[in-house]
Amino acid sequence: MIFGFSIAFLLTAALTVAGALAAALLKNLVHCALSLTVTFAGLALLYLQLDAQFAGFAQILVYIGAVAILVVFAILLTRGAGIAEYRGFSSSWLLGLSIAAATFALLGWAVIKSLPAETEASAAPAVTVQSIGAALMSSYVLPLEIVAVLLTVALIGAVIVAMPEPRTRKSGAESGGGQ
Amino acid sequence: MSLQASFWNNLDQVFVLLQHWIAGYFPVGLQSAVGTILAVVGILATFPGIFALTTVLERKGLGRIQNRLGPNRVGPLGILQPVADGIKSLTKEDIVPLSADAAVHFLAPVVLVVAVFLGYAVLPVGRNMVLMNMDAGLLFFFAIGASTELSIFMAGWSSRNKYSLLGAMRAVAQMISYEVPLLLSSVVAVMITGSLSTVKIVEAQSGFTGIFPHWYVFTPWGFAGFVLFVIAALAETNRSPFDLPEGESELVAGYFTEYSGFKFALFFLGEYLGMFSIAGFAITLFLGGWGAPLSVLGFVPSWVWFFLKLLAAIAFFIWLRGTLPRLRQDQLMNFAWKFMLPMTLLNLLVAGAWRFLGDGWLRWVVCSAVLLAAYVLLGRVLMRHQNLGARSYRYAD
Amino acid sequence: MLGEGMIKGLAETAKNFAGSFVSKERMTTVEYPEERIAPIENTRDFPFLVYDGNDPMTGLRCVACQICEKECPPKCIYIVKSTDKKPDFVGKMQIYPTRFDIDISVCMSCQICVEVCPFEAIKMDTEFELSTTDRFGGLLYDREQLSRSNEHYHKIHPTEAAEVDARLAEEKAKAEAKAKAAAEAAAAKAAAAAAATPKQAPKKEPGA
Repeated sequence: MIFGFSIAFLLTAALTVAGALAAALLKNLVHCALSLTVTFAGLALLYLQLDAQFAGFAQILVYIGAVAILVVFAILLTRGAGIAEYRGFSSSWLLGLSIAAATFALLGWAVIKSLPAETEASAAPAVTVQSIGAALMSSYVLPLEIVAVLLTVALIGAVIVAMPEPRTRKSGAESGGGQ
Repeated sequence: MSLQASFWNNLDQVFVLLQHWIAGYFPVGLQSAVGTILAVVGILATFPGIFALTTVLERKGLGRIQNRLGPNRVGPLGILQPVADGIKSLTKEDIVPLSADAAVHFLAPVVLVVAVFLGYAVLPVGRNMVLMNMDAGLLFFFAIGASTELSIFMAGWSSRNKYSLLGAMRAVAQMISYEVPLLLSSVVAVMITGSLSTVKIVEAQSGFTGIFPHWYVFTPWGFAGFVLFVIAALAETNRSPFDLPEGESELVAGYFTEYSGFKFALFFLGEYLGMFSIAGFAITLFLGGWGAPLSVLGFVPSWVWFFLKLLAAIAFFIWLRGTLPRLRQDQLMNFAWKFMLPMTLLNLLVAGAWRFLGDGWLRWVVCSAVLLAAYVLLGRVLMRHQNLGARSYRYAD
Repeated sequence: MLGEGMIKGLAETAKNFAGSFVSKERMTTVEYPEERIAPIENTRDFPFLVYDGNDPMTGLRCVACQICEKECPPKCIYIVKSTDKKPDFVGKMQIYPTRFDIDISVCMSCQICVEVCPFEAIKMDTEFELSTTDRFGGLLYDREQLSRSNEHYHKIHPTEAAEVDARLAEEKAKAEAKAKAAAEAAAAKAAAAAAATPKQAPKKEPGA
């Protein structure tokens, strides 16, 4: 136990922070995306260490299994495999640094303020998947349905955007110009 | 009688007893860690051994299906062929293309093998023989399965080769498309059991009526779920007839074109191990896991049943590979989204109806009728524009 | 119905699989090198030189005309003519090759040398298990290695060899007939000359 944190937590936190830094600083865009995946994995490990099994596995399933793949596909289909050119630091680095420091201070103050006065020996009651399911079906059923409708709308929108335009019966020049 | 029963019981638990006996030599604080390490060693020894056996069985099985002998030079009947294959792949030169992304190129097979081995942690191989009895075990397995797609993308992109990239994109598209039916078809088993833990799902199927087991595959929704799960599993592991990403006649070798020697062997290993773990999950979810097929055969050790079922599943996969032609990419995607997804959603409804119709013959009739009607109708609707019949040839004059 | 074709296909392959253990004639595999398929008569691999009789060097049919050397597309034949002559199968004195090398690593088995040889001296062998570990001349065959008897030729290409023998025998018979006719004509001429000279000789003798 170093600084009051367990070894496992320190290692996982170091991995997450290293991944996030690499995602921001690396030159190759696909390397950045893969480091972001490492960050997601580190977050999932943190959730698992807090005994939130569902959150941890859902993090892996959704973020690593879907979002990371989405990011790399987006990189692939838009930029190609070329190595990105960028300058090391932007010209307005002081402004960026001050905004980041202010955000970090705000978040840190909020987190520290929410910690309980004394650390309790007993953990919070375990939240099993069953209780999550029961809660989703009883007290949170309206948000669940709204999210489902939202997802359906997104799917239909994606299909419409990706669908090839139907050719009209008009002259070829017009449809050619329209396309 | 009790001596005989205790003998069979000990045989059933022989590996657990072995694990406890070895862990007993260590101080109390380390015992659970040692026990876990022993179980991990067991997994690492068993499943690559099954992989070696499968490569021989596959080559010989496919050969016999195709009216030829398989390899029969190395060892009696060619059993030691994997040794020769292993030595060959270890001694081949490891070529990395000059313009390839060396770090990602190196990490791709590693990520694949690590992710696949992690999936074995929640597979109950026998009674009390699971590495980690997690409450959300099934979710863990699917989450890890999603990580394997990333390694395929890494392999394809880092090779800087158009064939690899094309193969990788096709493979990832295929795997993502079939994840949805895979998960949905496994949800029925979870629904009826009421738990995501693989151990509980197996235990829920360990009852018997008369001599017949309570396996989920013997119910209408379970049978449909099993068939859909197996099809989705074949597509997830890029196995024939869904092996377009690695089809040799199409894309050189797809996303592992640029891999040689040991890295290729690692990809091969990862792919086959993934096939075993997903077959293991099909067995766990629908075929009763380590349960005996007839109650009179309950004395045979549970791990024997599991591995027999696994062997049967592997034989079935090899049989399918020898029979079916490869599916084209658009046929593959159509199949996933237009056939499998509606069927899995309908299966969810049918499983719910099964639960709420209560015991008796009514629920059997209703569920079977609904599923069969949906299958036939969907098949007719999707095939109405395809004029598949005897081939007619048109010759040039 | 959907899936019907798949079930039929699975049944077919299961039949194949089970049948492969039961009936031996299903399996088309020939387990080389324990089993071999007998080559057909027109098999050809690399050339060899035919000799008649028992001694390769005296019975060699090749007369070093060098036509095969000139016609060979990859130029794998190397011939050195002899300075003396030896009699061929019809008795005529011919030169013979002191060196006749074929590099079979270059030879492409096109059989052009066989087609152009006027003396039926070079034919195609059926031997193909010729690998050697000697990289520096193991596949360069000289005259002694290339010579095979006419009996060997009969064994590997019986029909062809019978034809060749028939043709050679015919030529030999024609040559012998011609020689006999020539001998008879010469004998007749000698007899006529002998009949002419005794008439003149007694006339001359009393005078001397």
